[in-house]
Amino acid sequence: MKIIACIKQVPDSEAKVKAENGQITWGEAPLVINPFDEYAVEGALQQKEALGGTVAAVCIGPESAKEALKHALAMGSDQAILISDPALSILDTAGAARVLAAAVKKIGDADMVVFGRQTLDDGTGLTAAQTARALGWPMLGLAGQIKVDGGSVQIERVTEEGRQSLKGKLPAVLSVVQSIGEPRYPSFMGIRKASKAEIPVWTLADLGIAAPETVVKRLEIVTPPARETVVEIIGGETPAQIAEQLADKVLAEKVL
Amino acid sequence: MDFTLTQEQQMAQKMVRDFSQKEIAPVIKEHDRRQEPIPFALKRMGELGILGICLPVRYGGAGMDYIAWGLACEELEAVDTSLRVAMSVHTGLCSMTLFQWGTEDQKQKFLIPLARGEKIGCGAFTEPGMGSDVAAMVTSARKDGENYILNGEKMLDLLASKADLAMVTVKTDSSTKKTSTGLSTFIVDLHSPGVKTGDIHGKLGVRAGATGWISFTDVKVPAANRIGEEGEGFKITMAGFDHGRYTVASGATGIIRSCLEASVSYAKTRKTFGKPIADHQLIQEKIARMSQDYEIARLLYLKAGWMKNLGKRCTRETSFAKKFATEASFNAATEAIQIHGAYGYSDEYDVERFLRNAKGAMIYEGSSEIQTLIQSGYALGLREDKPLRCEAPAYDEKIWQG
Repeated sequence: MKIIACIKQVPDSEAKVKAENGQITWGEAPLVINPFDEYAVEGALQQKEALGGTVAAVCIGPESAKEALKHALAMGSDQAILISDPALSILDTAGAARVLAAAVKKIGDADMVVFGRQTLDDGTGLTAAQTARALGWPMLGLAGQIKVDGGSVQIERVTEEGRQSLKGKLPAVLSVVQSIGEPRYPSFMGIRKASKAEIPVWTLADLGIAAPETVVKRLEIVTPPARETVVEIIGGETPAQIAEQLADKVLAEKVL
Repeated sequence: MDFTLTQEQQMAQKMVRDFSQKEIAPVIKEHDRRQEPIPFALKRMGELGILGICLPVRYGGAGMDYIAWGLACEELEAVDTSLRVAMSVHTGLCSMTLFQWGTEDQKQKFLIPLARGEKIGCGAFTEPGMGSDVAAMVTSARKDGENYILNGEKMLDLLASKADLAMVTVKTDSSTKKTSTGLSTFIVDLHSPGVKTGDIHGKLGVRAGATGWISFTDVKVPAANRIGEEGEGFKITMAGFDHGRYTVASGATGIIRSCLEASVSYAKTRKTFGKPIADHQLIQEKIARMSQDYEIARLLYLKAGWMKNLGKRCTRETSFAKKFATEASFNAATEAIQIHGAYGYSDEYDVERFLRNAKGAMIYEGSSEIQTLIQSGYALGLREDKPLRCEAPAYDEKIWQG
């Protein structure tokens, strides 16, 4: 099995994101591997352990995104590739999908491409399906369990109504959810390997594609105005008194 | 001078942090309250390689350096002292003593399972009638053919009831003029006939850590289990404390950090007189002190770790680090409780546990008073480091990871 895990580097979940001069900024907040993508790496590693083979982690981003790839290496991935190009500084999900599809082709012979369900920053959850489209491969989304059987892959997906089983031919693109299993910690052996790893950087020229056209454009980025919320606790001798006061307040504040 | 941690050290630190925050932090309060060790903690630390973090891969370790070991201790004790205790007694006193003084056979037999966490080790030095005064111990071993026969009792041994092996220093010759030259150290299988262990309850702190006693009644220990030479026990024990104290120092630094973080977070949200208490100068003074102490404690243990990596003796530097960090952690915890007010006095918040845990480290592995004597000894020129027959080996990435 040759498995490719597509990951992204995002601001830490505690980062306070705001708009500054029409640009998004998260200040000094640390950048981490997208938490949902840790499940993608975990899912990929589980398949590698079950069936043998290799896991390659791929990430589009600046030089700093190598840190996210090193995390994937330390968890047990065999290979990591950064795709970095000045022309990719503005990228929508369809564009990212085209770039990732080109990378998957360049790596070659992949049986499975695994994504997290969404990213923590943009949160669209679209890239996996768009990559499948660009590759012309089946898309099996939101997998909680993965089972490969010969030339096909079966996934279990839990929905509000029940459980769905889907089957598709390999090669296929999958996105995984948390029930795939808690992402493993990096092992010390993985840490030793990752800290010494030289991560290759591929440009658009290496991929042999032009910069994808951005079809989704952000017209304006603003920080939503802060809402002043005041909590008032209404006391009283009896429930009737409290209710009466509450009713008066509600009317006075024109809530109703 | 470069204060930057290597990527390997940073990643190791993050891994230990993630483990302690995700798996231990949610359950520690309950176990501390019930005075019970967390049943899976040691097993998980073994599986993850934390128990053998600073030992070479060929001896079952993780191949990291001594700084990564210190960083791991800081992360573990930032959550609870009971975790760091394993690094002190299992890794510091037991495994590192084997690594420094053991023969190749002893390393193969005992160090590998310890480093992998398949067996748990502890150190047994303190006795009911003796603590800091190691030379005054009465537990004895007499030679009997190919064996030694051990008799006596050891006290306040962390992990005593959980351990498979103990590094034990006993008297083998009571005729020597200097008592310290009549001591020898053994690695003892605690499952041997004649060994009894038990836990001590009602401790002020480290309540989720097993602290106990070990008694030896005519326990037969093969002569092959003697570490070093006969009469070398005092030196071996003191060298072991250099390792143990390093973990105590780096761990206590973690308590200071946790007290600081808890205090900053609480002071920003709790309001008095119409403003967050962080705006009051008397609170700021406490926070500034914690923040400064954290920096000093961290620099002191990192320097000791750096010296360990170079294979330099650092009894003096470790003493500075241990005394400063343990006392500063106790101070940080009491001030953190003060900042938290009535809430801090209850176990709803972690800071009261930090205070109870911090006190122990001012007593064990060489009390603050002993550290003071060590430091004045060096300053007055009364004490000097004489070469040891077996020095702690300098960290060499090729050897460790090869």
